[in-house]
Amino acid sequence: MSDDFFVDDGTRTRTAPRGAGTSEGAQEMASRVSTDPVELRREVGAVLRLPEGGVLDSGDIDVERRDDETMIINMGPQHPSTHGVLRLMLELDGELVLRTKPVIGYLHTGMEKTGEELTYVQGATNVTRMDYLSPLNNELVFSLAVESLLGIELPPRAVWIRMLLSELQRISSHLMWMATNGMDLGSTSMMIYGFREREMVLSFFEKATGLRMNHNFIRPGGVAADLPDGWRDDVDVLCETILARTYEYDELLTGQPIFRERTEGVGNLTADQALALSITGPILRSTGVAWDLRRSMPYLAYDQVDFDVIVGTYGDNFDRYSIRLNEIRESIRIVRQVVERMPPGDYRSQDRKVTPPPRARIDESMEALIHHFKVFTEGFKVPEGEVYVAIESPRGELGCYLVSDGSSKPYRLHIRGPSFVNLQAVPLLLRGGLVADAVAIISSVDPVMGEVDR
Amino acid sequence: MTADAPGAGTGVGTDEPAEAAPQSGPGPATATATATATATVLPEVPRASGPATSEIAFPPRDRYLDMLSSYRDAGFETCADLCAVDYLTHPGRALPEGVRAERFEVVVNLLSLSQRRRVRIRVQVPEDDPVLASAIDLYPGVDAMEREAFDLVGVRFDGHPDLTRILMPEDWEGHPLRKDYGVGRVPVQFKEAPGPR
Repeated sequence: MSDDFFVDDGTRTRTAPRGAGTSEGAQEMASRVSTDPVELRREVGAVLRLPEGGVLDSGDIDVERRDDETMIINMGPQHPSTHGVLRLMLELDGELVLRTKPVIGYLHTGMEKTGEELTYVQGATNVTRMDYLSPLNNELVFSLAVESLLGIELPPRAVWIRMLLSELQRISSHLMWMATNGMDLGSTSMMIYGFREREMVLSFFEKATGLRMNHNFIRPGGVAADLPDGWRDDVDVLCETILARTYEYDELLTGQPIFRERTEGVGNLTADQALALSITGPILRSTGVAWDLRRSMPYLAYDQVDFDVIVGTYGDNFDRYSIRLNEIRESIRIVRQVVERMPPGDYRSQDRKVTPPPRARIDESMEALIHHFKVFTEGFKVPEGEVYVAIESPRGELGCYLVSDGSSKPYRLHIRGPSFVNLQAVPLLLRGGLVADAVAIISSVDPVMGEVDR
Repeated sequence: MTADAPGAGTGVGTDEPAEAAPQSGPGPATATATATATATVLPEVPRASGPATSEIAFPPRDRYLDMLSSYRDAGFETCADLCAVDYLTHPGRALPEGVRAERFEVVVNLLSLSQRRRVRIRVQVPEDDPVLASAIDLYPGVDAMEREAFDLVGVRFDGHPDLTRILMPEDWEGHPLRKDYGVGRVPVQFKEAPGPR
């Protein structure tokens, strides 16, 4: 097959022509002959523009390869192990991955635009659907941003309830990851165990918030309700069971030779690369950088509880696995301290501006009824300003950039989804590896497409 | 909860817990104090301070890359976030003196792991020429974020090697997060309403 088989018809422009229409050319990965050499080097090298210069040298990268030796294949968007609708285009030479390009947007529903149309009261229902594996963290970051602009202070019990739920959410999210990661590596039993334990956490959420997912429980001004009676017992049982089960996972996976063969030394990342690519969360920590916003820039009351930040050494799949497994244990540690030290008091701010009057008052006071009605129809107004708030979600730095123009709806709501940014590591992690490892590597990045596409 | 955030060593509670912000938050006096104390790079560029981030810089468009590289040299290892805002219907926002409000704004949040600090950079981008230099050589992690800002708001990033749409389909018309982009809705069909025929 000759090179002219690949006709460059000029439709695959790789750089944006100034002043062209709104369509800027193909998102897909193009064949080598029709790709601009600079861009090709970047794609082959995955990251070339590292700040310190020389982690990857463009001279080392062999772009002189005949097109008919390689093959571009699609993985996804309907592939069962790409965790949702992630589509990867892989250029393969036999079993080796040469170039990778994630193509995303299949789940884009314009949630940031929707957020501009909803009041601050309604906003939490919108953001909670972004990262559907840790909805409470989305609500938390949105609420923290709104409260920061409002300048209200929360009663301690609200803060600690938020912390309890946030940590339980981390446990459930990591359990889900353990399950799917096990499945991707062929361990079907891990799939079943992971979902079984996650269901325990979700049952507690159902009891406390009314829903298993998409709770709309953490709201600007506090939380929606107090914890249900007997929550301490439920949480105690949950901690005890899941902690015991994590040691079963150790027996099932951690020490198992096949599992270690498939994860150790696969998908290596260095700290420089991770920082250059803005990677956060367990992937950054697997490279040995002890960066956890709960510790480094504490929010809620994380500066008052005792926990360890788990770091890895090699930045490979196995490190990412062990970090997540141990983070479950650390989260259990935090949850136990929260159970022990949960302060009494109110579960939401009594700032009249944001909090509707209690139900009992509505029956006896007309003003309270009007106030209640206004909070839920018009919403409350938030002072002009802009703020960026970040928290540590199970996947990394979950940020919320909120601009208010003084009305009751956000002027601009931008969510910095950790999955969206972390996905940039995929081409680098897959580079030079085997197709068989691709599935394991994608899984170890833990992308949640709802958050990637928003 | 105290205001002694871990950044206290550097003189700023950079990431004060949001609840504590109103009490300990940057009043006008402290704001200027911290701003001058922490303006380590390009001090002539206008600054402001806001809740949760004590240093917000407003460089002109041609000094944007200078600013980023100076911050990178000053220890801001990673670019946490980049997004664009369309201020079409809210032109009278508060900006420090010497900064002319334009329709678009590109907002970059930098993070220093070693100093546990954040800074925010807000660049004004005019409507008739919505182009900004790409930061991809300084912070490769902005690759996807710049594509997103281009896709949704329509700010072009000069020098980005692959500035294509990322979330919308590649043949999509318009930039959905612009304020003059219609929201669109499906009319509610009540039971009594006449059918489609």
